[in-house]
Amino acid sequence: MDINKIKKDFPILENRKIAYLDSGATTQKPIQVIKAIEEYYQKYNANPHRGAYSLSIEATQAYENTREKIANFINAKNKEEIIFSKNATESLNLLAYSYGMQKLKKGDEVVLSIMEHHSNLVPWQKVCKITESKLNYMYINEEFEIPDEEIENKITDNTKIVAITHVSNVLGTINNIKKIIKQAHKKGAIIIVDASQSIPHMRIDVQDLDCDFLAFSGHKMLAPLGIGVLYGKKELLNKMEPFLMGGDMIEFVYEQETTFAPLPNKFEAGTQNVEGVIGLGAAIDYIENIGYDKIEKKEKELISYARQELSKLDYLTLYLTPKEENHSSVISFNIKGVHPHDVASILDTEGVCVRSGNHCAQPLMRFLGIDSTCRASFYFYNTKEDVDKLVSGLNKAYQIFEKYFK
Amino acid sequence: MEDLTDVYNDLIMEHSMNSYNKKELENADYSQIGHNPNCGDEITLQIKMNGDVIQDMAFSGHGCAISQASTSIMIDTLRGKTIEEAKEIVRIFIEMIKRETTDEKELKKLEDAIAFKNVSNMPARVKCALLAWHTIEEILEKNGK
Repeated sequence: MDINKIKKDFPILENRKIAYLDSGATTQKPIQVIKAIEEYYQKYNANPHRGAYSLSIEATQAYENTREKIANFINAKNKEEIIFSKNATESLNLLAYSYGMQKLKKGDEVVLSIMEHHSNLVPWQKVCKITESKLNYMYINEEFEIPDEEIENKITDNTKIVAITHVSNVLGTINNIKKIIKQAHKKGAIIIVDASQSIPHMRIDVQDLDCDFLAFSGHKMLAPLGIGVLYGKKELLNKMEPFLMGGDMIEFVYEQETTFAPLPNKFEAGTQNVEGVIGLGAAIDYIENIGYDKIEKKEKELISYARQELSKLDYLTLYLTPKEENHSSVISFNIKGVHPHDVASILDTEGVCVRSGNHCAQPLMRFLGIDSTCRASFYFYNTKEDVDKLVSGLNKAYQIFEKYFK
Repeated sequence: MEDLTDVYNDLIMEHSMNSYNKKELENADYSQIGHNPNCGDEITLQIKMNGDVIQDMAFSGHGCAISQASTSIMIDTLRGKTIEEAKEIVRIFIEMIKRETTDEKELKKLEDAIAFKNVSNMPARVKCALLAWHTIEEILEKNGK
């Protein structure tokens, strides 16, 4: 597969003449994923785990095979350690309720980073309030990275949970999660990794990382919307109470009592998003087929080029680490004196799709002393021409505003 | 997509970048904060009344060019109007942006604020244009007899 001709696999990129630079929000979908979902509905749609007829058994097999595929994909020891959810947000809420709410006591501490997405922040805020635990943050330095001392000082003997994003959805900073995981375990805390922004771009090996839990969304890695994953170490998941109650997550139900199903069904109440699971399976096949080595190489070139070209625009403020090796596929920027919403609108008229706003990271924005940024986020299907279109769109936006600066 | 000069024209740009209405009013009778949580835009509107006439208005805060200009031009349009007149103009503006009216006679009452007509073709910017108008709508609802 020639990675430089990959755009043809993405019908939307062929149909719309756009530079799609918002893959950090959601990626476009290759025809292989779209076809897999279509095939599911045309050939083997039924409610898994429910019927004795062959159609339902086929649906169940497809569903469970994908679980195994994901386990292999992230190198989990057991396929029961893979729980399907709606998205990373639901995976993290599951942890906040089924782990945090049960384990945290008054005086315990939960440690996050200031660059967390609201999905890995607001649930912990709520759980900390209810359990009277303390919520602490690891802050970033002027290079938009968490310094080692911050990791060592904030994760203490009182820390029970550390929840950290692998890659910032605003800054693109790749956090030193190996160090954070080590420090958490040294202090007896469990560690949760939000891999939403990393797994589309780099191989994740949960055994090598030794993280206790890991969450991600399918739609940021070529899969459809509405499917997410929670990985958890079996011994921890086994000890946790269920999150949502209902069908399929039970063993015996009496009028006043219920016993629960074993893993993974214990955490999968109700009819699941089978089409999403099938689509996620196809997305993983697609990624494996190209290979992370090629994805990383292409993206490295692309990001390097984008950093270089954007750095030439002296009217821009860039929010990125100077260390290219610590930077993934997201670049936040502002035109000095111009609101990012206006910039994004003008870029839109030039066929360039970027996001503007606070990117679900208000505490980070406040820490940086800004209200919002424009964010261009890249994936392997982007090209240097997309970067050039961004640059010429930015020049146009600047020209429109420049003459009114006083 | 609309031609950008329809929206980012001289009138709107001057009001957004260098508005004389962006200041503090002394002895304001009403003060109200309006914000768009999605984009973080936030304005504070101040009104000084003289009987049932809007004697003066001013605003502070931050936001995109469209929300800032819309606020400033709204102030120019409503200054000197009675509460009843202001309510009508606010209604017409909101209807124009939401494409609920194209009645030329009504639109004339908007004076300079008609410059935002093309924002109705930019769904992503409708909220920006309406921020100030919804904010004053709230003040007038609460306080106008």
